Amino acid sequence: MINNTFFINLIRFVLLILVQILVFNRLNFFGFINPMVYVLFLYWYPIKKNRTNFILICFLLGLLIDIFSDTLAINTAATVSIAYLRPSIMRFVFGVNYEFQSFKLNSSTRAQQFTFLALLIVIHHVIYFTLEIFSFANILLIIQKSITIGVSSIILCLLLSSLFSTKKE
Amino acid sequence: MQQIINFLIRYKIFLLYLFLLLISLIFTFQSHSYHQSRFLNSANYFSGNIYEFFDNTTSYFGLKEENRKLLRENQRLRYQLYNKNTDTIQPLDSLENNYLVVRGRVIKNSYSDQRNYITINKGKTDSVEQDMGVITSKGILGIVENTSNGFSTVQSILNEKSNINAKIKNSNHFGSLIWNTEDYNTVQLVDIPRLVELTIGDTIVTGAMSSIFPENVPIGTIKKFDLDTSRSFYYIDVDLFNDMTNIESVYIIKNLNREEIIELQEETEINDQ
Repeated sequence: MINNTFFINLIRFVLLILVQILVFNRLNFFGFINPMVYVLFLYWYPIKKNRTNFILICFLLGLLIDIFSDTLAINTAATVSIAYLRPSIMRFVFGVNYEFQSFKLNSSTRAQQFTFLALLIVIHHVIYFTLEIFSFANILLIIQKSITIGVSSIILCLLLSSLFSTKKE
Repeated sequence: MQQIINFLIRYKIFLLYLFLLLISLIFTFQSHSYHQSRFLNSANYFSGNIYEFFDNTTSYFGLKEENRKLLRENQRLRYQLYNKNTDTIQPLDSLENNYLVVRGRVIKNSYSDQRNYITINKGKTDSVEQDMGVITSKGILGIVENTSNGFSTVQSILNEKSNINAKIKNSNHFGSLIWNTEDYNTVQLVDIPRLVELTIGDTIVTGAMSSIFPENVPIGTIKKFDLDTSRSFYYIDVDLFNDMTNIESVYIIKNLNREEIIELQEETEINDQ
């Protein structure tokens, strides 16, 4: 069982990076919208896992995306931040339920899943574009990019997650 | 001591997070200043080969268009060749020439970020080095920034750090070519003095001041011009000849006199002080 989840996560890791760099980084919808779907890795990752490993894996994920897309280390900073904040976000979204052993992402409501995903993406994108543009004079541009690209990321992540979701029993 | 260890254990995840965040911020800001990060770029063996593998598959779909482009370029070059008055033959000995040209292919293109980089499939083994100019058959593309054995990254002209010497064709009024990150079809030419007469549609080419590009490589045409805030220089929007979203074949140009020029300039600067 442990091996099984390990391999599933490994395959997810590789596939999400490939899909991100080969498909979504080249989308350029309206000339500038490139949704970031690799955030789904953090959404799908098992909840009851070692936090240290999780942060290190996310660091590696961000670093690989950065190497491929020539974006310095902006993706790394954003991904590590949401990896660190993930338990707090989950406590906020799922309440006390999330502390129980039996809690699973599938057993929560649609609205909760959506809020969780949306919060991950919004925080990620705000950090990403703040670092990318890095000037307070362009704060409107940061907001505009975070919103437009954030919305497109959320839509695509929802589509992908419903496409590959495991069936509820 | 006990307390310090307890503190470390309790906050180990937070400390790990701070440490990793610090690493990524150092990588980011160290290269904000001038060059792209030396470690984090797609010109390495691993990412270069992945991009090349996928580009080999997808490049088939653009072959027809690419062929047409190259044919058009050949036509133009042949026209120039046959109508040349002098019949001197270029010496084949590379020591007598000023420029070397290497051909290459784009395997990864980007134009929607603030700092766009292009990856090409030629590297150190093809004698591509940092600060060589990259052009296409239509106009300039950028400057080589990092190289590995088989691949290089190119700082595109669509990069907020890009700064290239350019001038108005058939005159010697030069300025700097920059990008305001807004539109991937338009770059900006600044520092052209106010007394120059401009017309919309004038051609912009690379200037002679650059030790990277040869003179008179086409860039684009004037789309719109206005005076800048100091009221003494123009701020010109230049419509690019290149379609930056669709680039396949490129030429990498090496100026063989570049080292000499730079040496001379440095010497002059030292003497001035």
